[in-house]
Amino acid sequence: MAKNTARAGAANLAQRHTFGYRVKTFFTRYWMLHLMVLPGLIYFLVFKYGPMYGLIIAFKNYKGAVGGVKAIFGSDWVGLRHFKTFLTSTQFPRLMRNTIVLSLLRLAVCFPAPIILAILLNEVRIRWYKKTVQTITYMPYFLSWVVVSGLLKILVGTEGPLNALLGHFGIEPIYFMASTKYFRALLIISEIWKTVGYGTIVYLAAISSVDVELYEAAQIDGAGKLKQILHVTLPAISEIIAIMLILQVGRIMGDNFEQIYTMYSEAVYEVADVFDTYIYRTGIIGSNFSYTTAVSLFKSLISLALILLTNKATKKLGSSGLF
Amino acid sequence: MRITKGERVFYFLNHIFMLLVCFVMLYPVVYVIGHSMMGDAERALHPLRLFPKELDWSGYKYVLSSSSIWNSYLVTILRTVIGTLCNVLFTALLAYPLSKKDYPARKVLTVLVTFTMWFSGGMVANFLLIRTLGLNNTFWVYILPHLIDPFNLIILRNFFMQIPDSLEESARLDGANDFVIFTRIVLPLSMASIATIALFYAVFHWNTWWDSMLYVSDKNMWTIQYLLQQLIANSNVYDFAAASSVEKPPAEAIRMACIVVSTVPILCVYPFVQKYFVKGVLVGSIKG
Repeated sequence: MAKNTARAGAANLAQRHTFGYRVKTFFTRYWMLHLMVLPGLIYFLVFKYGPMYGLIIAFKNYKGAVGGVKAIFGSDWVGLRHFKTFLTSTQFPRLMRNTIVLSLLRLAVCFPAPIILAILLNEVRIRWYKKTVQTITYMPYFLSWVVVSGLLKILVGTEGPLNALLGHFGIEPIYFMASTKYFRALLIISEIWKTVGYGTIVYLAAISSVDVELYEAAQIDGAGKLKQILHVTLPAISEIIAIMLILQVGRIMGDNFEQIYTMYSEAVYEVADVFDTYIYRTGIIGSNFSYTTAVSLFKSLISLALILLTNKATKKLGSSGLF
Repeated sequence: MRITKGERVFYFLNHIFMLLVCFVMLYPVVYVIGHSMMGDAERALHPLRLFPKELDWSGYKYVLSSSSIWNSYLVTILRTVIGTLCNVLFTALLAYPLSKKDYPARKVLTVLVTFTMWFSGGMVANFLLIRTLGLNNTFWVYILPHLIDPFNLIILRNFFMQIPDSLEESARLDGANDFVIFTRIVLPLSMASIATIALFYAVFHWNTWWDSMLYVSDKNMWTIQYLLQQLIANSNVYDFAAASSVEKPPAEAIRMACIVVSTVPILCVYPFVQKYFVKGVLVGSIKG
């Protein structure tokens, strides 16, 4: 027994020595790297983790008109009251419905669009033609959502070319931007327009690494173009499609504030109001800071859970996952 | 390889489809550029016409004589230049230690950084933080909160990791410390990747408008994209883009001219930096 204690003591001593030694080298050998990390570390702690600390006002009744640490500490705890208010409000079902419908539409239409375009672009054998098409399709990615929405409003406006064209067929002018019937379609179309070219980049790179001999072998076996695409191209890019899919699932709760805010109006709240637009109007404009922080936290937690879940699922399925 | 008849049909249809894609991509931009140079009467009579029969510059004359638009333009240029410089500097400073495999704090810091890609405090908490720090209505609200983007940080770190260790080791034998290696070896070897993230940051700064909306009530400090957003969303265009002496063209002409003026710099630059852009997207898609 005594022997054991002695040994444990010696081990402790040795450990303390190495621990102290390690702490010392941590500061002496790497001080220059620490110095380089410092500004970035401060940035992340203040501007990224600072707001996360601020999330505690979701459980408080924040009263300050302007921000302040004092106002955060000074306000009373209310527990989950804001969450209950939100989940039982009439807003909740509407926001949830719009968010999910838009996400499913994006998943079904915006997600496959760059895959299809990349596969078809890969089949363009004239080099300068392929290059030109690529350059042109990247272009909208460099425009802001303000500009894209501005262009759209002009094109589908009552005095725009679309309504003029419809007028030739005897159709009365349609207020597309204010129509609950067409607004979601406009969101999807404008998103494809802006991002499809950008999206093709990763897929094109994956396709270009496919061995040409595979295509030749398939051709000898009598496979037509469609069969070559289905049995050679698609399997070759399935891993990258899986990764892109995980990223897309992480966006199910909505990352389209800029797009929706610049395009929507009160007339289409019913089909287009999502979490972030609601948080902006109620929280920032309406100064309901605590309540909307609760809404925001609710949204972020679901997003985080979805990312972790899909990452785990894809790992189970044999893909290497995201992290 | 012999091309079968079916394949010939496929290639033909594919080429036609690509033409169609290009048309759809270009049409909105060409349409607005054309109509921004069109007189009001012609625009109303020929909504489908792409190019004007008669050039009318009144929209541009007004926009270029408007002091508020010039002001926003200046703020945006300053923001883009100063912001991008700060971004690149601080991103590189953090990316270098994170690329060193023997740096003990590397793992903790990487987790700290990547977590912010998946979870954030959200709009309201950010808004309150900016108020608390007193950054609202200052120029620094455009720079500091966006100092390091985790995505660009990972891109740069991955680039740094590709630099062969042997280069550094020989420098270390010559007595170079980390800072010397960083400035004399790593940075000069990574100019292409620095250009890549600088491009991403610059486009971000030029196109971002919501921080003006959230944090800046002083109209003289709005960025051009937010001013444009106000011009498009409001009917009283002349209040937002005040010009002293010139006659007032219709609101639509001002809007279109402003769309073109705020977009042209990016459209002129992007074809030349495309190469870096593609490279950055690819390196960024490798997992962190």
